Amino acid sequence: MALAPPIDAPVPAVAGREGAPAALLRTQGLTVRFGGLTALDNVDFEIARGEVRAIIGPNGAGKSTFFNCLTGVLRPSAGRILLNEENITGLPPNRISQKGIARSYQVTNILPNATTLENVRVAAQSRRHGWSMLRHHGAYRDLIEEADAVLQSVGLRGKADELAANLSHGEQRNLEIGIALATQPRLLCLDEPTAGMSAAETHDTVALVRRIAEDLTILIVEHDMQVVMGLARRITVFHYGRVLAEGSPADIQQNPRVQEVYLKT
Amino acid sequence: MTGADASSTLVEVEDIHTYYGKSHVLHGVSLWVGRGEVVGLLGRNGVGKSTTLKTIMGLVRPSRGRVRFEGGPITGMPAHRLARIGIAYVPEDRRIFRLLTVMENLRTGLDRRGVSEARKHELTDKVFAYFPVLAERRGQPGGTLSGGEQQMLAIARAMMLEPKIILLDEPTEGLMPRMVSQIRDIIEVLHREGVAILLVEQNVPLTLQASQRIYIMEKGSVRHHCAASELRVDDTVIHQYLGV
Amino acid sequence: MEPISAILHALPWDQILIQTLNGIVTGMILALVASGLTLIFGIMDVVNFAHGELFMLGAYIGVVVMATSGSFWLALVLSTLVVAIIGAALQITTLRPLLGRDPLTTILATFGISLVLQNYALWQFGPVARKIQEPITGRFSLFYLEYPWYRIVIAVLSGAIIGGFWLFLKYGTYGIWIRATTQDRVMAQAMGIPVPWVHTAVFAIGAGMAAASGVLFGPLVGVNHAMGIDWVLRAFIVVVVGGMGNLGGSIAASIFISLLEAYASIWVDPAQAVIVSFVVLILTLLFRPTGLFVPTPK
Repeated sequence: MALAPPIDAPVPAVAGREGAPAALLRTQGLTVRFGGLTALDNVDFEIARGEVRAIIGPNGAGKSTFFNCLTGVLRPSAGRILLNEENITGLPPNRISQKGIARSYQVTNILPNATTLENVRVAAQSRRHGWSMLRHHGAYRDLIEEADAVLQSVGLRGKADELAANLSHGEQRNLEIGIALATQPRLLCLDEPTAGMSAAETHDTVALVRRIAEDLTILIVEHDMQVVMGLARRITVFHYGRVLAEGSPADIQQNPRVQEVYLKT
Repeated sequence: MTGADASSTLVEVEDIHTYYGKSHVLHGVSLWVGRGEVVGLLGRNGVGKSTTLKTIMGLVRPSRGRVRFEGGPITGMPAHRLARIGIAYVPEDRRIFRLLTVMENLRTGLDRRGVSEARKHELTDKVFAYFPVLAERRGQPGGTLSGGEQQMLAIARAMMLEPKIILLDEPTEGLMPRMVSQIRDIIEVLHREGVAILLVEQNVPLTLQASQRIYIMEKGSVRHHCAASELRVDDTVIHQYLGV
Repeated sequence: MEPISAILHALPWDQILIQTLNGIVTGMILALVASGLTLIFGIMDVVNFAHGELFMLGAYIGVVVMATSGSFWLALVLSTLVVAIIGAALQITTLRPLLGRDPLTTILATFGISLVLQNYALWQFGPVARKIQEPITGRFSLFYLEYPWYRIVIAVLSGAIIGGFWLFLKYGTYGIWIRATTQDRVMAQAMGIPVPWVHTAVFAIGAGMAAASGVLFGPLVGVNHAMGIDWVLRAFIVVVVGGMGNLGGSIAASIFISLLEAYASIWVDPAQAVIVSFVVLILTLLFRPTGLFVPTPK
C-alpha cells in the first residue's frame, strides 16, 4: 500500500480535454448588497474541474456570503453564477443540490437521532426520483451500498450503526462531509471543516479531503493556514467583498498586499 | 518567560478547556495579566481569542481549568458580579445598547452601589473630555452613531465601571486608520491610569506598540509567549501564526 | 355624493359613539393586561400562559379585600402588591431554573401554573361568580343610555398606570436596567446589571399589572375562576398584532382591536364579534408578522 503523500504537498488538478482544465463553475460580476452594505463587490471567480481551491480572507471579507450565493441560500443583487455554463443564479437550494453543488456547514448539520449510515442514506436518497411509500427502506439495497461506500471514504464505516449524536466532534464533521458526498456532487463546498478540531482530528480531515479530492472539485473556506497550504492548489483571497489576489500557495504567501491585509501593517 | 508572580497578578487563566456544544474551542489555554499591564493576544480568526475573553468574563463556562482574579477563584461566577469587582468587557461587535442614548449607555455602568453623584459626574466629564464626539452626541440613541463612535462608546461605557482590567476584543476591526490611532491613544491613556488591558487583536503593529507582553494563539491554545520588545512585525513567528 | 350621504344617514351614530367609548374602555384594560405580557416576553423570551390567571387571581384577592375592608381602592393596591409578590416567587422557583433552555419548557411551565391557579381558585372560592362593587356608582346621560362614570375611571386609571410605568422605564434608574436587559441581556450582565433579578422584577411588575386589570374589570363582570381565559387569548392577539416586546404597539393594538370588536357587536352578537380580532391576527401574521404598529424591518 502506498504511503499517503506528506501533508504539505498540494493535490494536483485533474486536466480536462486537450490538457487544459475546463471551468466547472464561474461567477461574473457577482454582487450582494444588504441595504447600504456591499458584502460582495463584482466578484469574477472561476474554478476548474477537479481543482481544489481554498478561499481565505479576514473576517467579514465575504467568504460566507459567496458560499451562500453558490448554494442558493442567498440571491445575489447582481451578477451571474454559471455551472458548466448553465446559469444557476437565483435557483433555490434544493435545485442547486440537484444540479450538483453540495455544501458542508460550519455548524454541524447532522441528524443526531439517526445512525451514521442512516444520515448518509437519507442524503443518497435525494438522488433518486420516484417515491414509493410502500416499500421498506431495507429493500433499497443499492442505496445502502452507496451509503456504505461513502462511509468508507470518510472513514466512518466502523461506526455505521452508531447514533450520530454519539460520534466525536471530528467524526461528526467528517459525517457532514459524507452527507454532502452522498448527493454525488460535482462541486463540494466545505465551510471551515476543521473548526473546533484538535490537531489530530485536523490531520485526519485533511487526509480525508485529499482522498476524496481525486475525483471531485472542491472549494474550501478555512482559517487554518496549514490546512490551506496542504490542500489547495490555488488560493483565492477575499477582502471587503472583492477578490484581492489569486494564485498558488507560494504566490499568495509572497504577495505583499495579502500580508498587509492579514497582518494589518 | 517566568510564570505569574502572585502579588502583582490581576487575572490568571489556567489550563482552560471550553466547548461550544461538541466543538472543542479552547484546548488548555493558560495566560496571566499583571496589574496595570497591557498584554496582547494575537492569532488568526477562529483560534479562540474571543472565547478566551468570554471565559474570563464569565459569559462562557469552561469545562475544565480555572480563572483567578487577584488571587481568588472566579471560574463560573456570573458576569454581573465580575463587572462589579473590576473586570470590564468590550466585545468584538461593540454591542452598545442601540435604543439607549449615549448618556444612558454610560449610566448602565455608573449606577452602582457606593458611587456618589459627584463621582458619577467626574467620570462622565472625564470620558467626555477623552471622547468629545460622545459629548456632542450624548442625547442621541446609540444606534445612530458611526462604527468608530460606537467603538468609543463601548470603551467609554466600560470605563464607567472603574475597572481594574478591561478585556478589549479587536477594538480596531473595521475602523479607518484615523480611528485606529485614536484607539491606540486611548489604550495608552488607560495604561497610564493603571488600568490593565488584555488586548485581543489582529492588527500586529498596533499590538506590538501598545503591549508589554504578547501571547500568540493557534487552534485553541497558546503557542508563543514573550515580551513585546522581543518581537517585530516581520518576525517568522508572526508570519507563522498570523500571516499566510 | 348621493350613495355616500345615504350610507352616512343609515349608520347608527348613537350606537357607534357608545361603542367607541366601550371599545376604548375595554381597550385600556386589555392594554394593561397585554403590557405585562409583552414586557415579560420582550425581556426574557417567556410566553406567559399564566397571565390570565394572574388577572383572575388579582380579581379574587380584590373580592376578599373588599369583603373584609369595604374599600375598593385598598383592594386595588393590595391585590396588585400581593400578586406581584406571588409572581416574583413563581418566577424564581419555576422559571429561573429554566432560563436558556428550549422555549417550549417555559411555555409548559407557565401553562402548568395557569392550571394550578385556576383549580386553586375553583377549590377556594367555588364555582359561583363573585362580585366586586364598583367604587363610583354615578352615571351620565349618553343618548338613550345612562353611561357609568366608573368605566371612564377604568380607562383613565389604566392609562395612568401604563403611563406611569412608561415614565419609570424612560427616566427611572432601574428603568434603564430593564431597557438595557431587554435589548442585550449578555452585555447588560457584562455592565454589572444583575439580570436574573431584573427578570424577576419585570415578571412581578407584569403580574401586578395583570392583577390591577383584574380588580378594575371586576365590577363589570362576575369574578370566576375562568375569567382569565378570554382575556389572555385577546392579550396574545394584541401582543402579536402590536409587535412582541413593543409596549407602545401593544397599547395601540389593544385599542384598535377593542374598537373593531365593539363596532362589530353593533351588528352581530358580541360573542361572535371576537371573530374580528382573529381576522386581524391572521392578516397581521400573513402580511406584517413583526406587528402592525412596528416599522417594517429592512
